[in-house]
Amino acid sequence: MPQPGPLGGRPDEEPGARPHPPIPETRTVERLLERLRVICGEGNVIVHEHQLRTYQSDGLLQYKVLPRAAVLPSDAEEVREVVRACYESEVPWVARGAGSGLSGGALPIEDGLLIVLTRLRRILEVDLENQRVVCEPGVNNVAISQAVGPTHFFPPDPSSQIVCTIGGNVAENSGGAHCFKYGFTTNYITGLEVVLPDGEVVTLGGKEVDHPGYDLLGAFVGSEGTLGVATKITLRVIPKPEVARTLVAFFDTTAQAGQAVTDIVGEGVVPGAIEMMDRLSIQASEQMAHAGFPLDAGAGLLVELDGSEAECETRFEDVRRICTHVGAREVRVARDEAERELMWKMRKAAFPAMGRISPHYYVQDSVIPRTRLPEVLARIDELQAEYGLQVANVFHAGDGNLHPLVCYDGHSEGEAERAEELAGKIVLACVDAGGSITGEHGVGVDKKRYMPNLFDEADLAAFQKLRCAFDPAQRANPGKVMPTPRLCGEVPGPYRRHPLEVAGLAERF
Amino acid sequence: MRFRGGGTKLGWGRLAPEPDLAVSTGGLERLVEHNVGDLTAVAEAGVALARAQEAFAAEGQMLALDPPAIDGSTIGGVIATGDSGPLRHRFGSPRDLIIGIKVALPDGTIAKAGGKVIKNVAGYDLAKLFSGAFGTLGLITEVALRLHPRPAAMATALLRGADPGALAAAAAALSHAPLEQLALDVSWAGGQGAVLSRFGGATAREQAEAALREGRDADGLTREVVDDDEQLWREQCARQRSQGGMVVRVSGLQSRLADILRAAEGHGATMAGRAGSGLCWLALDERESHEALAAVEDLRRELKPLRCVVLDAPEDVRAALDPWGPHDDRALALMRRVKQQFDPQGVCNPGIFVGGM
Repeated sequence: MPQPGPLGGRPDEEPGARPHPPIPETRTVERLLERLRVICGEGNVIVHEHQLRTYQSDGLLQYKVLPRAAVLPSDAEEVREVVRACYESEVPWVARGAGSGLSGGALPIEDGLLIVLTRLRRILEVDLENQRVVCEPGVNNVAISQAVGPTHFFPPDPSSQIVCTIGGNVAENSGGAHCFKYGFTTNYITGLEVVLPDGEVVTLGGKEVDHPGYDLLGAFVGSEGTLGVATKITLRVIPKPEVARTLVAFFDTTAQAGQAVTDIVGEGVVPGAIEMMDRLSIQASEQMAHAGFPLDAGAGLLVELDGSEAECETRFEDVRRICTHVGAREVRVARDEAERELMWKMRKAAFPAMGRISPHYYVQDSVIPRTRLPEVLARIDELQAEYGLQVANVFHAGDGNLHPLVCYDGHSEGEAERAEELAGKIVLACVDAGGSITGEHGVGVDKKRYMPNLFDEADLAAFQKLRCAFDPAQRANPGKVMPTPRLCGEVPGPYRRHPLEVAGLAERF
Repeated sequence: MRFRGGGTKLGWGRLAPEPDLAVSTGGLERLVEHNVGDLTAVAEAGVALARAQEAFAAEGQMLALDPPAIDGSTIGGVIATGDSGPLRHRFGSPRDLIIGIKVALPDGTIAKAGGKVIKNVAGYDLAKLFSGAFGTLGLITEVALRLHPRPAAMATALLRGADPGALAAAAAALSHAPLEQLALDVSWAGGQGAVLSRFGGATAREQAEAALREGRDADGLTREVVDDDEQLWREQCARQRSQGGMVVRVSGLQSRLADILRAAEGHGATMAGRAGSGLCWLALDERESHEALAAVEDLRRELKPLRCVVLDAPEDVRAALDPWGPHDDRALALMRRVKQQFDPQGVCNPGIFVGGM
């Protein structure tokens, strides 16, 4: 599998600026490590460089930072003690699940601690009667559906679901192919136990809904690990639909496929999934999945309806009619589960298969209002020509979430930089069309530079208020999400001028 | 400042002295955008929910939010109070339908979060933080909303009976069945209860008939399909409000539905509940204030540890109790820190929220 190539070193845009609190002295860190060894056991505190290399990146490999140490607590109580120790030692930290995120959200901080949650992998309770599962953050996404199947399932299904963790899904508010109909992680989390950055434990929500008070649960989900660590997660599972019917329609152009999406949704059909692949991604996937898709088709549209058998049959005919009416050259209907799986294999192979046609790629996660699809795709075509690079398009068409894959050769002088610049222009084209910089991967370090294109100063200041309520000392995943470092008005303890203030790079709000 | 939309829920929350200044969203009544092809809309906070629904319906769409229909209730007010109706079963509460927000903060700045697309994880989700915050962090001035197609037809499977246990069991069976229900409710009034399971789409009636076949035990419930079901659901929704009496909202669970039904019967209350989540509204008719207070105390004890929040209640009752009920100290401490950040001087709807915020 190809790796996204190196696109330059440190993510910090401001030379010399450290987007996190002052780095503690070596002696303080050594004392902290001693304490961590007592809490988690000698073998669960990793300090050697060659072992730490495992954790230097998340799924976005162009960013690499070695933390001072990585610690692997075994349960919620150990997490609490680790965070408490960091708080007292004034050491910043980053929580990490499987490390499959695609925004650099779990990128370690130099001289900070990485808290690895993969040992917290117990499903604590399956309360099927109430349609709830309580689990630890290191449980894999797919394990939830396995635990409640075959009658029920957990709808958020990011394509990394075999490896990614529920804790990571909570941090990123993960989506997947089925969220147009079923919603996102945030719609399925009903309760959290959170260790706040000062080591206090707070319970938000529970199995019940509408707990009195602020919806801190809703604020926490998707906060990218900057407000604390979730140590216990209560989520909602739902009955599995009676049937699923799947087809793939092939069109000459992506514009036609886009029109089909608009018409399908316009007729009131809400597909369980509706995914589009362009010519380049079909060609790449075909080399890996061998589904016999036509290599000269301009676009393939996978439509899956699920629900009651009667409704699916009726609406499936509507979808076929619409695809044909819009000009589909061929509509293939999955006749059995094997054919359905093959269609999905094609879609899911798109990312890994890209390596067969390009040494490196750079993936984006922008969102546009669905109706603006044709003009944005036209703009991407222009940019491809201008930069002399190929862009493969795979996307969740229902909710307008594009995943343009900018193909390049990292060994060719300057091509990585050109690819990154091109990817940036695609992001801005999506923002100009009324969209967003990220639909499901998160801002992390990778997209924080684009935040000012979406949000102005007052908006960012409001975000910071929430941050300061949870983490006034800003030790939880500092340097992520926000485009520039910011401080909180009231830091507990004696007032000290922050190095950023001294350097004139930040001021207190 | 006291924020005011349609003024239909001013009696909710703790009784607090009226501040000097009332701020009305009455001038914010523009439906800014209805993006038909994208199934989204942008509305100012003062737009009446009913008016917005008419505009969406003209294009075959709806905002899947159906709290009790009271003339004049506004989109901003429904979101600020986190009110919801039966469609919540399928589509969630206001927090799940709001994709972007604009707020006026007490320091005079206007801040926004989210955007106008249905899938978006850029920045903190302040739209959820402000949903249900009762205007105590700032004033919602504008929201972007996700819309849904209006089903071509609707039909309801209706099961009736007088045994709370049988009703709860039938509701549970429907909740776990592979059916795509728009709503799944339980009701109770005057010794009689019902389970209402609503379907939409091209085959709404067929789906409702399939629902009647679920869990068909000898449970003594009568079963029928109602095609023209609007009135049925209007009545059900109306049970969430009371004029003169008192409404208690219980954050229940499916496994406690039978208990909640029995509590309703025991206190002579009517009940409307979402069977999937167990969220229930008990409406008690007008009574002496000491009796009303005793009833709240009893309900909180009988249904422990479920949270019982008093919504509609006469002023003398509100003055004598904390409508929000007992709270978790740690969660409340964190909420106070959030309040302190957004409204350090405590000028936004002071005193009405949890913990006197």
